[in-house]
Amino acid sequence: MSIAIQPRENYLNTTTGVLSWLLTKDHKRIALLYLITVTVMFFLGGVAITIVRLNLMTPDSGLVSADTYNKLFTMHGVIMVFFFLVPVVPTVLGNFCLPLMIGAKDLAFPRLNLASWYLFVLGAVWALYAMLAGGLDTGWTFYTPYTTSSSHSNVIPALIGIVIVGFSSILTGLNFIVTVHRLRAPGLTWWRLPIFVWTIYATSFIFLLATPTVAMALILEIVERLWGIGIFDPALGGDPLLFQHLFWFYSHPAVYIMILPGMGIVSEVIPCFSRKNLYGYTFVALSSFGIASLSFLVWAHHMFVAGISLYAAMIFSLLSYLVAVPSAIKVFNWTATLYKGSISFEAPMLYALGFVCLFTAGGLTGLFLACLGMDMHVHDTYFVIAHFHFIMVGGMVMAYMSGLHYWWPKITGRMYSEWWSKLSALIIFIGFFLTFLPQFIVGYAGMPRRYNHYPPEFQVWNVMSSAGASILGVGYVLPLCYLILSLWYGKPAGPNPWGATGLEWQTPSPPPTENFATTPVVVRGPYEYHVEKAQNEL
Amino acid sequence: MSYEPSYATMRLRDELDQTAVVFHPLEEQYRNLEEQHEAGTLGMWVFLATEVMFFGALFLGLGAYHIHYGPAFEKASEKLNWVIGGLNTIVLLVSSLFMVLAVHYAKAGHRKHLMTFLGLTALLGGMFLVLKGFEYYTDYRDNLIPGWRFDDQEWVKEGLTPEQVPQVKLFLIFYWVMTGLHGVHVTVGIIAVLVLLVLARRGTFTPVYYSPVDVTALYWHFVDTVWIFLLPMLYLLGTHTLADLHIL
Repeated sequence: MSIAIQPRENYLNTTTGVLSWLLTKDHKRIALLYLITVTVMFFLGGVAITIVRLNLMTPDSGLVSADTYNKLFTMHGVIMVFFFLVPVVPTVLGNFCLPLMIGAKDLAFPRLNLASWYLFVLGAVWALYAMLAGGLDTGWTFYTPYTTSSSHSNVIPALIGIVIVGFSSILTGLNFIVTVHRLRAPGLTWWRLPIFVWTIYATSFIFLLATPTVAMALILEIVERLWGIGIFDPALGGDPLLFQHLFWFYSHPAVYIMILPGMGIVSEVIPCFSRKNLYGYTFVALSSFGIASLSFLVWAHHMFVAGISLYAAMIFSLLSYLVAVPSAIKVFNWTATLYKGSISFEAPMLYALGFVCLFTAGGLTGLFLACLGMDMHVHDTYFVIAHFHFIMVGGMVMAYMSGLHYWWPKITGRMYSEWWSKLSALIIFIGFFLTFLPQFIVGYAGMPRRYNHYPPEFQVWNVMSSAGASILGVGYVLPLCYLILSLWYGKPAGPNPWGATGLEWQTPSPPPTENFATTPVVVRGPYEYHVEKAQNEL
Repeated sequence: MSYEPSYATMRLRDELDQTAVVFHPLEEQYRNLEEQHEAGTLGMWVFLATEVMFFGALFLGLGAYHIHYGPAFEKASEKLNWVIGGLNTIVLLVSSLFMVLAVHYAKAGHRKHLMTFLGLTALLGGMFLVLKGFEYYTDYRDNLIPGWRFDDQEWVKEGLTPEQVPQVKLFLIFYWVMTGLHGVHVTVGIIAVLVLLVLARRGTFTPVYYSPVDVTALYWHFVDTVWIFLLPMLYLLGTHTLADLHIL
């Protein structure tokens, strides 16, 4: 039975009709448009990898041809990296929460925000066209000379799509930076900003400075493919290493685009559900910038075996180790926040704890890969696959789920099923471990990535991995169901269901179009749970 | 970034504040026009930072290949039309001066001068493109378009080895991509200036509300600056004589 719609006017019911959504300038509605788009992309990328995992159940590739296999893992990589992981948190949760968290009425450039969404859709259409009408078999890294001269698949439309979506990211980052600088509420000083805002701000810098480089590299690939000029092709006088440099100059910082907002979410959720001030606020805030800065100095660790000089490789190895420092600062501070807190295990908290666990595992295996000698051994094996999936899926998707569950009552005004949400968090955690832990082992034993067949002794690990993937799949479909059902059957959430201290919880759920009835004045830091607790005890 | 006070007196400013709001309502997310202006300016600076990285990738590629393939790149550069390239540099620099004057008169609230200088800026931008078009024609005539009009033998006759011919092509493709991309930016700039001209004619801009002129000027100067880097890196390698140009 559905509960009567709340009569109060909010951003969802203030105007109706398809056009009122497609032409909206409201950051909250644009966030929902993004939510729908990236969710579709996520499940498309998921379908592609499901077939890949089914194919890997047997050593001799029983299901699809080698060609199709190449196209499927490319589709998975391209969609998940460029159309899900990079945009998901900034465009969905960032768009929705950033103005609310800083007490602003909207982003600095609302029309630009809507334009970014249209660019995103346009890019997605190009890329999907390329991948569905004939396919793309280059892998998401588009290495030359294969991409520019050998591949017979739809390279050019896919590259155009990715360049377009890159501009969408750049414009979103620009919008966020100006918003954080110019639209903070009175009293909201830099050191009172929530960590989520800090991380989105740091991420925006990476968007701005890294994305243009890869856009240019991909445009040059298009030119090379169209006119047969050897910009990167060694047979025609070009240098394939130049492409790799340009590509990883974006794509390594891009992994921090993916993980930094996730760290921001966890820094919101953990203090809330431990009822404690975030430990070492300044260090957590600044470590985001530490990570963002270091991210620009480590790209060549993807190229240790590509033929860069040994001296360069040593320097990049050393710099890569340094990334562990700000990352560890964050993990230690989250743990210290939990210490002696009044911890409760609602769904967002379960996801956040899952994040800390999996991110730590992924981060530590990252140190193996930063190590020059070790990387030579495991380069391009499933060890690498397992490592970055621990960060990207175990870390980022977990954090995104945490944030989605944390802010869902704010976004929709409804609570979802507590039991189902906790169950799905558990299923995702278990499914994740079962999928990716075996990949560390086969990878270390020497199974290379991107091959559709393998020696029979690896089969048991691959079957385990595929079984885990099916559990993971269930874990991802469940939230889709109970979150959608909560729109009709969920209990009204009220303005602040978690008793959180952030500004976004001081306005009704769902918020009115103008966010706050009167511009809030901020007089305290973002996580003063201990103050509230002390007041309650009095 | 601090807000520069306009040249108008306070009383005039208050009056104009009212009219400005009528013409261009303050967007609801801002508290006042100054804040809106500052946000626009910051937005443009941030955008220009991404543009630097965008062109930066090309400059990096060009620079790296120049180190590897110096002799072939210099030989190829000698064939470029440095006279038109030089003229165009002057045209763009003067256009930037006019743009600065346009901003000055927008701040001062002098509509007629504002329109004059916006018009002159757009005119010089157009002149740049026309000259560039002539230059592209001479490139076409001289077989400098790899993949379409290009003759390997000509370059061997010039004294290059067959292995160096692909390097010449590499230089030329950078020339086409970089000047082409720059040309696109100039075109966008001209369109923006023409839109400003129409708005200025309608009397949209006042000493209080002139932020679009200011922001467009930033963009215009950036495009100008890119050209200042393009000229030496593309046109001024090797030794240049008028004889190379086939115009005398």
